[in-house]
Amino acid sequence: MSDPTITLYRLQACPFCERVVRKLHEHGLEYRSRFIEPMHSERDVVKRLSGKRTVPAIVDENTGVTMSESANIVEYLERTYGERPQSERGEGGV
Amino acid sequence: MDLDFDVVGLGEADHPAEGEKAPEFTRPLVNDEFWEDVALSELCAESEGPVVLVFHAMDGAFPATYVWNEIRDRGWHEQATVVGLSISTPYAHKDLLEERDIEGDHRLYSDPANGVAEQYGIAMDLDGMTGLAEPRPAVFVLDSDRTIEYAWVGEEWPSFPDYDAVEAQL
Repeated sequence: MSDPTITLYRLQACPFCERVVRKLHEHGLEYRSRFIEPMHSERDVVKRLSGKRTVPAIVDENTGVTMSESANIVEYLERTYGERPQSERGEGGV
Repeated sequence: MDLDFDVVGLGEADHPAEGEKAPEFTRPLVNDEFWEDVALSELCAESEGPVVLVFHAMDGAFPATYVWNEIRDRGWHEQATVVGLSISTPYAHKDLLEERDIEGDHRLYSDPANGVAEQYGIAMDLDGMTGLAEPRPAVFVLDSDRTIEYAWVGEEWPSFPDYDAVEAQL
């Protein structure tokens, strides 16, 4: 198995997480899913990464970005992987 | 166990033997913070020492408790990568890791549909729990390319691994 460069921290059945999953699929992006605890107080792993205990959170090794909040993530994915062809990716933000 | 009656016999299992390659599978592997799909081959390739794969009764059943208490106290994780596998969900596994105080050093595969036990030829139906099946108690010690260095599969129910024999492999 090759290691996808995008890791999605998610909570089972969380609609905000599914929103991000939909966007990842839309752009054909490979990602690794890491499921965390429902209990807020036990979500140390996302707190360490993003500074918040909320999910979804993504870590994108392509760009070095770590981010939470589904609206932000969707916008980020759109901006980074949307519309522009693959060959033009990684040339900075719009 | 010394009992003055016969325990349930399971007969011989047709499981992969020492020297053979352990069947490959991918299942959610639960640690103290999250779970993610991990292939057995990946686990073996990344392990510094051997991998000890422990099939056990569902979380909460006394054999699961006994087995993990013993493995924890023996400190196998210092020489090996020690992972369990049961039909319990990742949520139950999180509790087991915490309750047995094995967080951080041990991880547990979750296989509610019991497909891995079927691949390994060690599936057993549970009498009185219609529709449920789980693995027989079993221990496999694997090297970095999944070759089986030691295999033990229980032939009675309940039964417990020969811990000293496993330890001799580490």
